[in-house]
Amino acid sequence: MPEIRNYTLNFGPQHPAAHGVLRLVLEMDGEVIERADPHIGLLHRATEKLAESKPFNQSIGYMDRLDYVSMMCNEHGYVLAIEKLLGIEAPIRAQYIRVMFDEITRILNHLMWLGAHGLDIGAMTVFLYCFREREDLMDCYEAVSGTRMHATYYRPGGVYRDLPERMPQHEPSKFRSSAEVARLNEDRQGSLLDFIEAFTERFPARVDEYETLLTDNRIWKQRTVGIGVVSPERALQLGFSGPMLRGSGVEWDLRKKQPYDAYDRVDFDIPVGVGGDCYDRYLVRVEEMRQSNRIIKQCVDWLRANPGPVMIDDHKLVPPRREAMKEDMEALIHHFKLFTEGYTVPEGQAYAAVEHPKGEFGVYIVSDGANKPYRVKIRAPGFAHLAAMNEMVSGHMLADVVAIIGTQDIVFGEIDR
Amino acid sequence: MTLSPESLAVRLQERFSVDGVRCVEAVGEVTMDVPAAKLLPVCQALRDEAEFAFEQLIDLCGVDYSAYGVGEWQTSDGATSSGFSRGVAPGTPGPDGGQERRFAVVYHLLSVSNNLRVRVQCYAQDEPPRVSSVVEVWNSANWFEREAFDLFGILFEGHPDMRRILTDYGFVGHPFRKDFPLIGHVEMRYDPEKQRVVYEPVSIEPRTLVPRVLRDDSRYVEAEQDEAKDDA
Repeated sequence: MPEIRNYTLNFGPQHPAAHGVLRLVLEMDGEVIERADPHIGLLHRATEKLAESKPFNQSIGYMDRLDYVSMMCNEHGYVLAIEKLLGIEAPIRAQYIRVMFDEITRILNHLMWLGAHGLDIGAMTVFLYCFREREDLMDCYEAVSGTRMHATYYRPGGVYRDLPERMPQHEPSKFRSSAEVARLNEDRQGSLLDFIEAFTERFPARVDEYETLLTDNRIWKQRTVGIGVVSPERALQLGFSGPMLRGSGVEWDLRKKQPYDAYDRVDFDIPVGVGGDCYDRYLVRVEEMRQSNRIIKQCVDWLRANPGPVMIDDHKLVPPRREAMKEDMEALIHHFKLFTEGYTVPEGQAYAAVEHPKGEFGVYIVSDGANKPYRVKIRAPGFAHLAAMNEMVSGHMLADVVAIIGTQDIVFGEIDR
Repeated sequence: MTLSPESLAVRLQERFSVDGVRCVEAVGEVTMDVPAAKLLPVCQALRDEAEFAFEQLIDLCGVDYSAYGVGEWQTSDGATSSGFSRGVAPGTPGPDGGQERRFAVVYHLLSVSNNLRVRVQCYAQDEPPRVSSVVEVWNSANWFEREAFDLFGILFEGHPDMRRILTDYGFVGHPFRKDFPLIGHVEMRYDPEKQRVVYEPVSIEPRTLVPRVLRDDSRYVEAEQDEAKDDA
């Protein structure tokens, strides 16, 4: 009789279901996982060390590149930590803009997650549907910041600039006929807020579409129900946060419990799971998209009615207006000092956390009173989630590993940093 | 939050002063300075006592304090002739006096039931620096401690699986220490003759585009004086 041995399987780092550069060393007994050892760090860029060598504002752009599917939420955490140390608060309009874009980002992230997760376990259509809506939201990013992904839009003291009065429109080209362009430009006749409002009007029906495809789908349920069950006690012990924690039935959301910016002024609900399996986490995230939509709608209404400054008026911290620099010597000096040296932050340490689409994204800054941070530590939610991979997959089949990687919403930009 | 940071700091100070813990409140956050010898019992108590109930370890990281408060504005005489680096020595290690309290391990705790946060800070003694591992108290510490070991070389006693986590297989050194240069020590390329990847000493020059400047900002000095006046 042949000897039966455990099999070691190398999964990744170049596997389409590994969501980036995850290398998993799986110890298998037949098709059942005995132990999983994730090897990470293949995308390690030492963002924290780079941030230590640059003035505070120059690292905002690095934050976008951490979790590259929820860019502005990363910036938010970093900017809040600096604001805490400086003891400043953004004007109320900037706070609403940040909340609105955080929620746009949340939808962006969840759409990416839903599409990729569906694709991983065999549902192709959802992926295409999700990317249709992502396109509109990325246009919002582009309209406000000039880039579709790495926005660098939030600043300590507010946001870079106010929302544009006019939404950029498509133009006819070799590849697009004028009839097609006219159809694409239907929603783009007014301002950015009009465009976002039109999006919020149609988005709930789109979420219904995804749900028709998945929620009662027999195959989807077979692949997710009862897979990767985490009890609430274990979820807390393992440092879970965000939808991973709420999927296990723990009612915890920083937006409600420790509100930052304008989150205490908007109305929304927190979905909580029951069973703590992949299916519950799916339901939580889908409901979060609907709630985000609700928040965006409220922000649009408020922003319409309340014009005002989007940046604090302190030229020791934020650059003066371009026009002022042409005539005012003082403004020119401020501009020069800010862009050559930056501002100094008082000595101390601060930790600011935001409810990132993936969980709690925290930034811990130690400042020694210089124009560069002394130490920046980024607390990435995915890092703690991936650390629990071994516990979540042990005893499951090989195919479930893919479902569990999907449900954890892994993005290597933030895990490896 | 249910309890204000000030009153939390007072309560923690009362509870743990026998262990030599110092609690400070700043910018709305509570920081506890815990002596390395008492770390485990204090952490256990923070997790288990219903008054605190910090059931989650949100974050754990190392900090290298060896270059704390060192600016780069005052450089050697030849600063103008030394090009881009402005005469700043690469990978400046800090003053030697700071070695005693060079490495700190910082824990960020969250209590979901009481809606509280606290920061626990513990200075690692000796070389190599050692701290007891809190994996038994909070399982999430496992990878965070591996990361702190990898990046700072802090050893966590009692950790079940102390391996490098973020750096490359076979990496030498601890890259987040302040005496490790930003550009690193080695660079990697594919050698077509040897038909494999080779490591060589770095060929790029370090440069400092914006020097580190510490300024006594008059605004904060005034604010402090005002506060002192108010207190008086």
